[in-house]
Amino acid sequence: MSAVLNEETKKVLVDPLVNNNPITLQVLGICSALAVTSQMSTSLIMALALTLVTAFSSAAISAIRNHIPGSIRIIVQMTIIASLVIVVDQILKAFAYDISKQLSVFVGLIITNCIVMGRAEGYAMKNPPLESFMDGIGNGLGYSLILITVSFIRELLGSGKLLGIEVFQLTKDGGWYDPNGLMLLPPSAFFIIGLLIWAVREWKPVQRESVEYKIMSIAHGEGGHH
Amino acid sequence: MEAYISLFIKAVFIENLALSFFLGMCTFIAVSKKISTAMGLGIAVMIVQVITVPANNIIYHALLKEDALAWLGITGVDLSFLALLSCIGMIAALVQILEMILDKFFPALYHALGIFLPLITVNCAILAGSLFMIERDYNLAESTVYGVGSGFGWALAITVMAGVREKLKYSDIPAGLQGLGITFITAGLMSLGFMAFSGIQL
Repeated sequence: MSAVLNEETKKVLVDPLVNNNPITLQVLGICSALAVTSQMSTSLIMALALTLVTAFSSAAISAIRNHIPGSIRIIVQMTIIASLVIVVDQILKAFAYDISKQLSVFVGLIITNCIVMGRAEGYAMKNPPLESFMDGIGNGLGYSLILITVSFIRELLGSGKLLGIEVFQLTKDGGWYDPNGLMLLPPSAFFIIGLLIWAVREWKPVQRESVEYKIMSIAHGEGGHH
Repeated sequence: MEAYISLFIKAVFIENLALSFFLGMCTFIAVSKKISTAMGLGIAVMIVQVITVPANNIIYHALLKEDALAWLGITGVDLSFLALLSCIGMIAALVQILEMILDKFFPALYHALGIFLPLITVNCAILAGSLFMIERDYNLAESTVYGVGSGFGWALAITVMAGVREKLKYSDIPAGLQGLGITFITAGLMSLGFMAFSGIQL
């Protein structure tokens, strides 16, 4: 195992989890991150599908990177990614039909997920297949982490369940928990991701963005010259 | 006629691609800092959406759907699993052609939209428009209306968002929430606003 996980591989695998998370820092792949997170089961499947597609497409693109002409590389990458997504889509339809119906178009949208394209273009085109594979897994896991956190909060507070199993007993069944319906609606996903970003940036102040305008404090007269 | 109007309103407000399906979010967040650029991108998305949804509709019904090849005398063939590949190929090709046409005949518009056009190929809102069209089984007329509506809805959302963000940069925001964080929360509030339309029955 230690032979496989050398320094570089470890770095590309662990870095995207918090330090360089694709969603909270690079702002990639948020589209699907929000839409499938009202239940944990769908977001787990989505996370798995995206991780596999990213890893295998990065590996495949990296393997043929020296043979792709620069001018048509986007189309080549697209074709590889789209073929992998078709495979995932067909497998889901065959073995998990209900989930595939719930995910509706979002499995297909992995094709245009910026994480997959971004890793192909930004990493796999310049690095050997094994590292690219690991980089794909790492970024997929970074995405999965956010997806699972958001869906955990949304499903628990929105319907008192986790993976469909009741955790909080609802008031309508004689329990104590009054579900928060907003958590099942789209806006809550935005709020949760926003707050999540806030939390991560309080923990890792390096990731904070610089301020464009500052409020001057007139009373102390210190604001005029920043 | 009424059905088309209701489909249009639904595509613009109730099922807004950006705010209720979270599509095209990457560009939505990245390019909504200034109203003028946001509007440019919005218009580009709308144009591409209006062309690609009906075009994919024609391809899907003429070539890919189950027994669609009957006009060639081939029956019993279902190529619908190729829809993903053909949709994205179609979109990439059309965006490329559109770029060339604009460059040749409308240079001013080309320079205004220039940088955004290639970005649009990987905008999920465009692909989603075509995939929703397939999933909901729209016919050619419906898919044209849907293309116009969903593109307009997306453009509306990003322009409004840019307006809010232009004001927002003068506000005193906690350091950790600066930039991306507050943008998400703003989008959430806007999404709440758009949800108010969902009770409307047409």
